[in-house]
Amino acid sequence: MTILELKNVTLCLDGKRILNDLSIEFWQGHIHALIGPNGAGKSTTANVIMGLSGYTDFEGDVLYQGRSIKGLTIDQRARLGITLAWQEPARFEGLSVYSFIKAAARNSGDAKVREVLRQVGLDPEKYLSRSVDRTLSGGERKRIELASILAMQPKLVLLDEPDSGIDVEALERIFDALKLLKQQGTTVIMITHSLAVLRHAEHAFLLCCGRLVSKGAVDKIANYFQQRCIPCDHQELKLREAEGLNVG
Amino acid sequence: MSDNSLLQAMYQSVGINPHTLWAQPDVARIEIHANQVLGVHLVHGLEVDARQLDDGIEARILVTKGTRIAKPIQVCFGMIPDNGVQRIILEIVVEDDARAGVVAHCTFPNARNIRHEMDARLTIGRNAEYAYIERHVHGAEGGVVVIPRSKVRVLEGGRYHTDFELIRGRVGQIDIDIELVGEAHSTSEVAARVSGSGDDRINIREVAHLAGAYARGVLQTSVALRHRAEAMVHNTLRASAPYARGHVDCKEIVQDQAVAKAVPVVEVTHPKAHVTHEAAIGSVDSRQLETLMSRGLSEDEAVDLIIQGLLLKGRSGSQPAGVSYQADVLSVTSS
Ligand SMILES: Nc1ncnc2c1ncn2[C@@H]1O[C@H](COP(=O)(O)OP(=O)(O)OP(=O)(O)O)[C@@H](O)[C@H]1O
Ligand SMILES: [Mg+2]
Repeated sequence: MTILELKNVTLCLDGKRILNDLSIEFWQGHIHALIGPNGAGKSTTANVIMGLSGYTDFEGDVLYQGRSIKGLTIDQRARLGITLAWQEPARFEGLSVYSFIKAAARNSGDAKVREVLRQVGLDPEKYLSRSVDRTLSGGERKRIELASILAMQPKLVLLDEPDSGIDVEALERIFDALKLLKQQGTTVIMITHSLAVLRHAEHAFLLCCGRLVSKGAVDKIANYFQQRCIPCDHQELKLREAEGLNVG
Repeated sequence: MSDNSLLQAMYQSVGINPHTLWAQPDVARIEIHANQVLGVHLVHGLEVDARQLDDGIEARILVTKGTRIAKPIQVCFGMIPDNGVQRIILEIVVEDDARAGVVAHCTFPNARNIRHEMDARLTIGRNAEYAYIERHVHGAEGGVVVIPRSKVRVLEGGRYHTDFELIRGRVGQIDIDIELVGEAHSTSEVAARVSGSGDDRINIREVAHLAGAYARGVLQTSVALRHRAEAMVHNTLRASAPYARGHVDCKEIVQDQAVAKAVPVVEVTHPKAHVTHEAAIGSVDSRQLETLMSRGLSEDEAVDLIIQGLLLKGRSGSQPAGVSYQADVLSVTSS
């Protein structure tokens, strides 16, 4: 069953076409991977789904459980159960890890806050009172982002490169978290450059130049990505775009 | 109102159960309502000499040489009525090698037309440590003019930390003025965290002079403004001795029609001194806002949480040995 659908989404930023007639369906309770070279439009797709500012003015539509969410604010989408873990999560001066996670875990108690920290491999005793500021390492911040997502128990989560900056051991915790989300029935859309992470997905979508180039079973897409995307087959497309030609 | 019920009302307004406090013999207390000293409880090494003025109190507080007062001294002052004047003249001397921390609860919960002035003179002795935290609770209407002025001298090797906090209730008008001189090997930290709304007016002037070799100083100001509130922050850090190190930090978040100004001045007159400054004024960071909103917080809730973080910053940071919020103060304040 489809939970989220992008319908012919075309988004221009600074006069540049970043998403190009993009249509994708995501299935309820499944783990999807969004792959593609740098600049393909993966994060942009996530931002459009979450409704971040600067990403709300586009052609086409985004349907969640069959209804358009195009006009909804970020928090309205979040209250429908949609959330996003940023590729580079924001830092908050003075805000404790506890308060940050608790904010997402509205209906749960302190035990939940501790539980999700342990699930991402961080010791609550060491981290709860620290600030979500620049003193956290990149990997720690990413894991706290994921902990906050787990605390929220969303229906659909966008994970933008959950593995970037994560060490080998902690990567196992990320995989555990994916399993947990799957068990909870959460639909996952994760963006990654890692084949190891890709293997945890059930379906893959390959993006290039804001277009859907290929989709299907993970093995098939992974092969295609490895063999045809490096070097990129679509350079031609990019060049034509740069010259201002209509590639639509 | 009886003295006792005045005291109860004051403590209640700052969220403290006085009985918990009074039951602890090792916690020193000074309780002042308007121009009356309602209670004093001393511990070894602490001397207090107070006299009544028409409109306030004049007091001398002494921490004798080498004394280390383990638990922060609790000072409660303010006024329960909605109008009046309270003027406090203080001389605080922390003698050589002594150590003390003070948490001052300053409360004007019903204020409509109140003026509170504080003139403090402090001397922190050689290798002595003194930490002072002043927490204000005001009424929802503002209605208070608060004018705290202090002149501080931190002698060789001394450590001084002061923290002014008004994050609940309305400011009204506040004029903070601190002048500080740090001698050789001294450490001084001056922090102010204020949230203003309505037509609150906030003026902060902090001047520190690092006059001795290896003196260190940090001036840190965080202000959050809403509605038509205005804030002006003048922080000056002067370094005139070798290896003196200082930093001036000012952060202000403005929303609505609020206006914030910051003038950090750094002045270095010795080639081996080093002073830095940082001033940031802006609205709430959009990425922070969007992150919290993507977790289901409304925009207002997200803004509140971000501002709370900004204002509470510094608390978790460099906590001097004299006062430990977590352990000591909280154990006293929990009701
Ligand atoms: N606000 C913007 N203005 C102009 N161009 C933008 C803007 N945001 C993104 N882009 C461009 O859109 C393209 C897609 O960016 P996006 O961040 O979606 O890529 P990505 O697939 O996530 O890449 P990566 O793997 O590097 O994270 C890039 O070329 C980027 O430079
Ligand atoms: Mg990206």
